[in-house]
Amino acid sequence: MTSSALLRPEATSVASGAGAPRRRRRSITSSGWWPILFVGPFMLGIAVFYLFPILQTAYFSFTNWGPFGGVTFTGFDNYVELAGDSEVLGALLNTVIYIAIVLLGIPLAVWLASLLNRPGLRLTTLYRTFFFLPYLAMPVAVALVWRLMFNGDYGIINTALAALGIDGPYWLSTPGVALIALSVVGLWMSVGFNIIILSAGLRGIPPELYEAAALDGATRSQQFRQITVPMLTPSIFFVTIINVIAGFQLFDLLYGLIGRSNPVIERTQSLVYLFFNESFVKNNRGYGAVIALVILVIVAVVTAVQFRLQRKWVNYV
Amino acid sequence: MSELSLGAASSTRRRGGRHGSNVGAHVVLIVGSLVMMFPFVWQVIASLSTTPELTSIPPRLLPSVPHPENFAAVFDQLPFLSQFAVSVLITVLRVAGQLVLCAMAGYAFARLRFPGRNVLFALVLAILMVPPQVFLISQYQIVQGLGWLDTIAGIVAPGLFSAFGAFLLRQFFLGLPDELEEAARLDGANPFQVFWSVMLPLAKPGLSALAVITVLTSWNDLLWPLIVSTKPGVQPLSVGLATLQGQFSTDYPVLMAAALMASAPILILFLLMQRRVIDGLAFSGMK
Repeated sequence: MTSSALLRPEATSVASGAGAPRRRRRSITSSGWWPILFVGPFMLGIAVFYLFPILQTAYFSFTNWGPFGGVTFTGFDNYVELAGDSEVLGALLNTVIYIAIVLLGIPLAVWLASLLNRPGLRLTTLYRTFFFLPYLAMPVAVALVWRLMFNGDYGIINTALAALGIDGPYWLSTPGVALIALSVVGLWMSVGFNIIILSAGLRGIPPELYEAAALDGATRSQQFRQITVPMLTPSIFFVTIINVIAGFQLFDLLYGLIGRSNPVIERTQSLVYLFFNESFVKNNRGYGAVIALVILVIVAVVTAVQFRLQRKWVNYV
Repeated sequence: MSELSLGAASSTRRRGGRHGSNVGAHVVLIVGSLVMMFPFVWQVIASLSTTPELTSIPPRLLPSVPHPENFAAVFDQLPFLSQFAVSVLITVLRVAGQLVLCAMAGYAFARLRFPGRNVLFALVLAILMVPPQVFLISQYQIVQGLGWLDTIAGIVAPGLFSAFGAFLLRQFFLGLPDELEEAARLDGANPFQVFWSVMLPLAKPGLSALAVITVLTSWNDLLWPLIVSTKPGVQPLSVGLATLQGQFSTDYPVLMAAALMASAPILILFLLMQRRVIDGLAFSGMK
């Protein structure tokens, strides 16, 4: 709802003196020097730490950083390198796979949220707390216990699998498998947040719809499919957007779960990890800037595509 | 936005009855809760075990005797107290800075009229859509240029300013009624007095939502402090844990104790202020 307020063209802000008699809310229009006091400190910080860096990063993307600190302008060299760089492509692919697996948590969250919001259900606060804690905990701290659980020899997961007669893999040192293990932890962390947002959406569905459906003899699963899911599509869409954007930021969990010294990192790294490694471990900041811009463009395109596709499946009532 | 909190309040006691049994729902939710909580339970068990107990094949499910001394060992292996202090300090400073700066800017964008307002706000929105990596290299250069590497100031500085916070609070101020402001102005209050004594108290739900989000992101933040602070004594717990993991990768019990102690403040804060945290996240999620 606020996005419409956001996009609404504002009334002109210049005519504060001349048109004053016409305006009833004149007092709001003439603010004198006050706006500078209110916005000045904030905009100064924004300009220094956010606006200028965008321009500087764009400039850095055309430079090469020597090992001794010399920065030379190299034109499009970094972009030419990017075109043939399979490492960036691999990191992109890893990130996309991670996101795809984390998104599997959304149907799960819809189901759990609908159970949690059943009328008259007891213990909802307790359940919600349990589901939500993984989202709040520090990702690095959480990654450490998953490392222990995923250990190929003495981890509890393989111990449990062995009890079922399954020989579990070395989760965190096998390429491919490590990415799946990482994604499962990402899914585990995101479910609670998704439930919170979807629950807010569920509360917006008028109870009369369910009452009418129940009178017509609709079963619970019919109500879920015919009322809950369609009415919830705006929230589902929103949660999808957030999960995708957050997924492209994958770093903490990867850093904690796999780590810099594990050789499998090269086959598991995300775009942000590659950015970090290039910019701040190898001090190759020119190429790091290019990777940052790649992340910007990909996130922008993916988000724009999702907004276009929403018309096909999201119902706004 | 405000409809959300109303909806939440009214739905908390919707009438039960004649909806059929909820046994199935409880079974699913209990199983789900066990899965979600198991890693935390395992973390507690591991933090009270010994390394041989955890690394035997198969591992012992419970330690023969609990070893709380692992928690004391954390203080030997990690500058835990100073890193804890750093985490607290950067979180408090960021929250305070954002609340003051974003509230003032958000109010001005919502209610004051001045030339260039729309352009400035458009810039803020643009920043909101840019991934953090695009700022990081340059922010590092700036912090380095100021001589703030390995300092609290360096870790905190960029995070004092939040485009998201200004946007969130602007939206909140837009939703507040005009009449009170009008009345205060007729009584001769200047814009700052109106903002401070009339609007800010009304904006509490928005401010607490921003505080919740900032506490969460600041406490858990890894990438930025990892880059700008290489001195263990000036690193927050997130960086300390990530580093410890590389050095003592086999000393699981102490690692688990440290991890629990690092997560605990946020988890305790959540348990104490559950309603506020959930409303805050849901509120900002509805933007």
